[in-house]
Amino acid sequence: MPKWITQVGCPYCGASCDDLEVLVSDDGKRVLETRNACAIGNEIFHHAQSPSRPKLPRMRQPDGSMKEVSYDEAIDYTAKTLLAAKKPLIYGFGSTNCEGMSAVARVAEKGGAVLDNCASICHGPSFLAIFDNGYPSCTLGEAKNRADVVVFWGCNPMHAHPRHTSRYSIFPRGTFTAKGQMTRTIICVDPRETDTAKLADHHLMVKQGHDYDLFDAFRTVLRGHDIPDEVAGIPKKTILDAAKVMKNARFVMIFFGMGCTHTDGRNHNVDIAISLTRDLNAHTKASIMAMRGHYNIAGPGQVWSWQFGFPYCIDLSKGTHAHMNPGETSSIDLAMRGEIDCFVNVGTDAGAHFPIRAVEQLKKHPFITVDPNICMASEISDLHIPVRVVGVEEPGVVYRMDNVPIQFKKVVDGPEGVPSDEELFDRVYERMCELTETEPIWLLAKDHAKAATNAEQ
Amino acid sequence: MAEILIRNGFVIDPTRNINGDVADIAIKDGKIVESVGASAKVIDATGKTVMAGGVDVHAHVAGPKVNVGRLMRPEDKLHKSPHAQKNYRMESGFSIPSTFKTGYDYARMGYAFVMEAAMPPLHAPHVHEEIHDTPIIDQAALPVFANNWFVFEYLRNGEIENAAAYIAWLLKATKGYGIKVVNPGGTAAWAWGLNCLTLNDPVPYFDITPAEIITGLMKTNEYLGLPHSMHIHQNDLGNPGNYEITLESLRLAEGVAAKNNFGRDTVMHSTHIQFHSYGGDSWGTFESRAREVMDYVNKQKNISIDLGCVTLDETTTMTADGPFEHHITNLNHLKWANTDVEVETAAGVVPYVYDKNIKVSGIQWAIGLEMGLYAADPMRTFITTDHPNAGPFTRYPRIIKWLMSKQAREETLASFKHTDKVIDATNIHSMDRELSLFEIAQMTRAGPAKALGLSGMFGGLSVGMDASVGIFDLNVNDMPSDPEAIEKAFARACWFIKSGEIIVKDGDIVSHGNKRTIWVKPNVAENPQVIRDIEDKFLKDYSVGSDTYQVRDYLAPNPYVIEFDVEA
Amino acid sequence: MTKKIVLNMITQRSIEEGVAMEKGKTTPEYFKACSIVEMNPEDMKKLGIWKNTSVRVTSEVGSVIVTAKEPTQFCPPGLAHIRQGVWANQVVPPRTQSTGTPQYSGFPVTIEPAIDERVKTALELVQGSVGLWKGGN
Ligand code: SF4
Ligand SMILES: [Zn+2]
Repeated sequence: MPKWITQVGCPYCGASCDDLEVLVSDDGKRVLETRNACAIGNEIFHHAQSPSRPKLPRMRQPDGSMKEVSYDEAIDYTAKTLLAAKKPLIYGFGSTNCEGMSAVARVAEKGGAVLDNCASICHGPSFLAIFDNGYPSCTLGEAKNRADVVVFWGCNPMHAHPRHTSRYSIFPRGTFTAKGQMTRTIICVDPRETDTAKLADHHLMVKQGHDYDLFDAFRTVLRGHDIPDEVAGIPKKTILDAAKVMKNARFVMIFFGMGCTHTDGRNHNVDIAISLTRDLNAHTKASIMAMRGHYNIAGPGQVWSWQFGFPYCIDLSKGTHAHMNPGETSSIDLAMRGEIDCFVNVGTDAGAHFPIRAVEQLKKHPFITVDPNICMASEISDLHIPVRVVGVEEPGVVYRMDNVPIQFKKVVDGPEGVPSDEELFDRVYERMCELTETEPIWLLAKDHAKAATNAEQ
Repeated sequence: MAEILIRNGFVIDPTRNINGDVADIAIKDGKIVESVGASAKVIDATGKTVMAGGVDVHAHVAGPKVNVGRLMRPEDKLHKSPHAQKNYRMESGFSIPSTFKTGYDYARMGYAFVMEAAMPPLHAPHVHEEIHDTPIIDQAALPVFANNWFVFEYLRNGEIENAAAYIAWLLKATKGYGIKVVNPGGTAAWAWGLNCLTLNDPVPYFDITPAEIITGLMKTNEYLGLPHSMHIHQNDLGNPGNYEITLESLRLAEGVAAKNNFGRDTVMHSTHIQFHSYGGDSWGTFESRAREVMDYVNKQKNISIDLGCVTLDETTTMTADGPFEHHITNLNHLKWANTDVEVETAAGVVPYVYDKNIKVSGIQWAIGLEMGLYAADPMRTFITTDHPNAGPFTRYPRIIKWLMSKQAREETLASFKHTDKVIDATNIHSMDRELSLFEIAQMTRAGPAKALGLSGMFGGLSVGMDASVGIFDLNVNDMPSDPEAIEKAFARACWFIKSGEIIVKDGDIVSHGNKRTIWVKPNVAENPQVIRDIEDKFLKDYSVGSDTYQVRDYLAPNPYVIEFDVEA
Repeated sequence: MTKKIVLNMITQRSIEEGVAMEKGKTTPEYFKACSIVEMNPEDMKKLGIWKNTSVRVTSEVGSVIVTAKEPTQFCPPGLAHIRQGVWANQVVPPRTQSTGTPQYSGFPVTIEPAIDERVKTALELVQGSVGLWKGGN
């Protein structure tokens, strides 16, 4: 009998839904059906089954073609390449679990690498703002239970986090928001009339790139001062109205996204968003949250902060201590300055998501991709190592966009012989130790019975 | 495991009333034994002090708010760490060290056990991930309960039995140790931007008061017979004049009797009492009320406290007292992180500089030490800094120095900008008491172990106890005239043996040891109503599933579970 | 003389891209979702093109051929949008304002008709840029 597995986590977006239900075949090998997932989540569970998925590492040959090699060979190559490089960059982690991130951190420390994650090109500026101004935030359940005014600024959950609005922010009926959408006033700030903006009571169609101005106008108004007749393309009256809505709210929740971090001003836009949140707390209760993109992209920020003290852009090449200075130790800047002499792409697709000029720079040196699937990065790599799909074939801890840890399950067995990220990088680490005739450190703590944590639990 | 014989040290073991006698300590299979064979490794402790491993009753070392602090404060890294050593993980951070540095630094000071003082249950997997990455030391974590909706509802209706069944379920689900109370009711109010500043302020929407929460949780704790007492961070922390509410809360323990099988006599542990012993009605009239509070603590035998000493450092404040952190950021205007946690609690983080040039910092420093010096029963008075709130745990050796040396206190006092004003507002200048090594061992070892219900394992050197032993470069018969030597001796143990394994030699780490996660599993009778309530709240109020919530076993790979049946 | 206009480019996420990406970046779905530029009909008129024609988008760092589309989510005149992905990143400037994060949004591009030009596949663009493309062109 096929079996429904409940409370399954979805390994796609930062909403990290944990209420999926997955029907698994008798033999525990195939996903037959999913419930509750959005279109993207649904696709993940079905695509994992694709027969075209690679099951062995592939190494690029002198003629440019790819040839299958054994895992041992791939691990040996990765270990040697990392050890030979002066400044390797290990980047990615949009889609792996914290166990994998921890294993990679050990490899990076051993190899004197730079360790960076997708935040570098997404919410990195938010980290910079947090370093300067803090982060008054809350868990998503608080937004659901209390927020009567919800602001979406430079983010479009209807596209990037499809169930965010139904689980947490616009539609759900929470403890103190019993009438769901009727309880909430929605404000959307975006230069386009996005599908999220269409749901808003107030859409402020800000002039693209002028977010800082508009935040500034809100702060000014809240402090009782006058503002010009128009700011950032928005008429004064619209701003005054929206400011009043926020001020009179019982709980204001501000969600912000790439619209703030990808454009002029970067961290400064987020910095002033945080200041606005602080200001609002003089009038009512207000909270702010970055709309993190991937289901566990908050993970490396957590794991590496407790291991190294920094969430991203961590330069371990000094060997003695970790160093972080975004702009200097960030992936794109390092790549463009030509400082990187080995690139390892883990659980992401830098080939598709980096500006192509940065890809060209990185490709001048050994280029390795660790990812379950064929992607742009894998197709230009010198070596592609497939791994199991977290959340489908591999359990583990992930951090949702609000930094709440969610324990993901495994629902089906992975392809035979294909390791998890954690297993793979532990083997790379052990090989590096062999090659350098050193002792593995702190592997003992990992003698855990992870096998016990499967769908049966 | 190898046998070890520690020879000829001055043994200080308050649990057996041994005060500096020269004796040998034999170790086998991780435990203290009568004797060992001739092949045992011999450690010569001649001329040195031998104590059980340290026990920290309250520190914030693992979990979401600690990590927010690390993440938010790149400027805290400070390169003070011993830099990476061969065969050890890189270390980083001063007031909020990385997990690796946390384990190494506690071990360097000869500490064997550390209690993570506030675990938000929803974030329990995170807490355990960090504990897992903290080498050497044994750890446990206290889930917070005093702003939890289940608890409000059960206690409001006087349903102690249901509260107990829920708490038993949650301890198991989160692999927690006991009942932590932080700003009862006030943190729940903070979810609406409010607070509870007296014991009778009703919690918005829940029709219950802080006094009722405290009393109810104390009763529930004894109903369950947990190893540790209820552990409380009281209302109105950090404000001038708060000593009265502190005394009022402490009085709630009167008449409550300890009921447990773990050798614990106390029913309330009042933490970082320094922050709660303030007089005056403004920062201008701010003054010490250490004496009033300690007079009460001294005579009320079913209470224990820890000091929460200010160490005069730049540090990071962090607490589940959300409204307090908002108050701090409004005072010092530094960056502020806050995390309200659905159904359960909240937390805030703000950097803080305890500056010698600021009068209030000096007074706070004095109050913490005064409380230690007024202690009539060091077995109920423990040394902490509420790490990292009043200062980092790595300053314990400095606090020991101040408590043991009037000269050291006077030197620090004299270095203040407002020495006279600090003297006027406190009693420290007139206090001559200098604590003995025996009293220090009570305050850092035997006492906290007993209050935690762990006296069978930690805090002493009796046969059968866990073989965690520190050897310090102090000669009981010839104590150094320079107080700095005391600080130095406690900062870096000559030797530290944790559960029978040599971890520190000449102040340096030589092993990653054998860390354990200790948690408590009280078995109560099945309670269908509570099970229904849990299912219901997860469906309606939480944003995660009840199954997702419960910490998987592999996250605590080396558990030490204290399991027992609760007699109804 | 062919007309040209200068627009302000943003590159953002879309659900079509999300679904297609999980199918695979070499699938027709991904091509369809991401090899397009959305712009206001007024701007198309200025450019003298109909919807669904090929245009060349050129930024300070490169150019790419994509299909011009009417926006599914309203774009005001002056603003252009290419969905996050391979085509967008052919023109995204890697400058980071010293933050680590490239200028994914808010950079000037020139758009001109390129009626007869073929829109390249993702693989062709990425492999082509690093000298690995073995197909024709
Ligand atoms: S909203 Fe995000 S996490 Fe939830 S099902 Fe969709 S893709 Fe998955
Ligand atoms: Zn504390």
